[in-house]
Amino acid sequence: MTHTRRSALLGFASGLAMLAALPAVAQEFIIVASTTSTENSGLFGHILPMFQAETGIEVRVVSQGTGQALETGRRGDADVVFVHARAQEEAFVAEGYGVQRFDVMYNDFVIVGPADDPAGVRAADSAAAAMAAIAGAGASFASRGDDSGTHTAEKGLWSAAGIDPAGDWYLSTGSGMGATLNTAAQVPAYALTDRGTWLSFANRGPLEIVAQGDPVLFNPYGIILVNPDKHAHVKAEQGQAFIDWIVSEAGQQAIASFTVAGEQLFFPSVQ
Amino acid sequence: MAADAALMQIIGLSLRVTLTAVLVACAIGLPLGAALALARFPGRGAVIVVFNALMGLPPVVAGLVVYLMLSRSGPLGDLALLFTPEAMILAQTVLILPIVVSLTRSVVEDIWAEYREQLQSLGASRLRAVPTLLWDGRVSLLTGVLAGFGRASAEVGAVLIVGGNIAGHTRTMTTAITLETSRGNLGLAVALGIILLALTLTLNAVAWGAGQWARGRLG
Repeated sequence: MTHTRRSALLGFASGLAMLAALPAVAQEFIIVASTTSTENSGLFGHILPMFQAETGIEVRVVSQGTGQALETGRRGDADVVFVHARAQEEAFVAEGYGVQRFDVMYNDFVIVGPADDPAGVRAADSAAAAMAAIAGAGASFASRGDDSGTHTAEKGLWSAAGIDPAGDWYLSTGSGMGATLNTAAQVPAYALTDRGTWLSFANRGPLEIVAQGDPVLFNPYGIILVNPDKHAHVKAEQGQAFIDWIVSEAGQQAIASFTVAGEQLFFPSVQ
Repeated sequence: MAADAALMQIIGLSLRVTLTAVLVACAIGLPLGAALALARFPGRGAVIVVFNALMGLPPVVAGLVVYLMLSRSGPLGDLALLFTPEAMILAQTVLILPIVVSLTRSVVEDIWAEYREQLQSLGASRLRAVPTLLWDGRVSLLTGVLAGFGRASAEVGAVLIVGGNIAGHTRTMTTAITLETSRGNLGLAVALGIILLALTLTLNAVAWGAGQWARGRLG
């Protein structure tokens, strides 16, 4: 019986020891709630080491859809939000959850679809006309359906085309950009995606870009410090340091120097 | 080389989180399950049913509950535990605990039914009998502990929500597989899955071997 007690005690003690052995919290870090498009493309892996080398501040990125990232900021679970849905960002600041919105960079959305283009989207002269062609042909369309920045942009395109998308052809995946593209490649279906995710996406199947270049497909990213007046624990000083850096010449150059397969994915907004 | 270091870090974190959660769940669940087997109190049946049902708790629900508790806007927000490995350990403990409690209760009940008179004739009270009963049931209990380990090492819903899948900080095997799938890197995702399976297989083989050895030597 003593043997049992001893081994139970040993087990418990080693459990505690493992807990205690977890690495001490880094001296300085901030949490940035951002979007899947920035994380999945590899942008953060490129620029964050430069920022950390310069300032010593570690940036921990939680990548979510824009809607969820803003909710994370509202709850005070991030110090900075870095997202792409301007109307939602402005609401976030107007509600007092964010201090101020700064333009950081942009890329653009593209419409991808099966290479044989059953809906004849390539012939459309605008993004709205492309959407109308897809709906008119009843061709499959895979939607994020998750209130992300991309989903918000997609809804804008449908309303510009005067269409309320519904029916067997409209697949609301309720998941991230990559998962939605995986679905679109299998169906195959049309989909709206940001160019960054598309360029770094490896499982394209029969999909290729069928529409691009319409100015309404412009996709700007903004960065906002979570308001310390709402959440006193927000690391305002370090968070602001990150914002200041990313809109500075060094940060903007870091963004511009990020390429995938020789193509630049994001374009600096600050002139 | 950098990729190898990152992979080792991810494997190390996965094992640390899951094994710690298993240890914590056992430290709480073994005595609790034994107590539940031996104690008689009003509502005991309801408690047993609740623990049995919680074995089927979806990981994403466990994650959401722990997330709402640990969020800065939640009751435990001041601990600043959200998006840390500790939060992931907590969420996985919540997932494993019902398995350990329910299986321990079941095993101890059976042994108690069999040896009750013998133990009582030796003057052992119910409370004093607990360590003996747990020791006698160790081989069956090991299966429950392994089931708990399997559930925790395989889940992604809870650790993704409370850990945030932060590179180099809270990225585990399962959240890395989810990320690589969403990047369309299906080959890498499958490779990570094979590594995870190999780890689970190794651990189960070691546990089985230890059980056989213990049975032969002590049983």
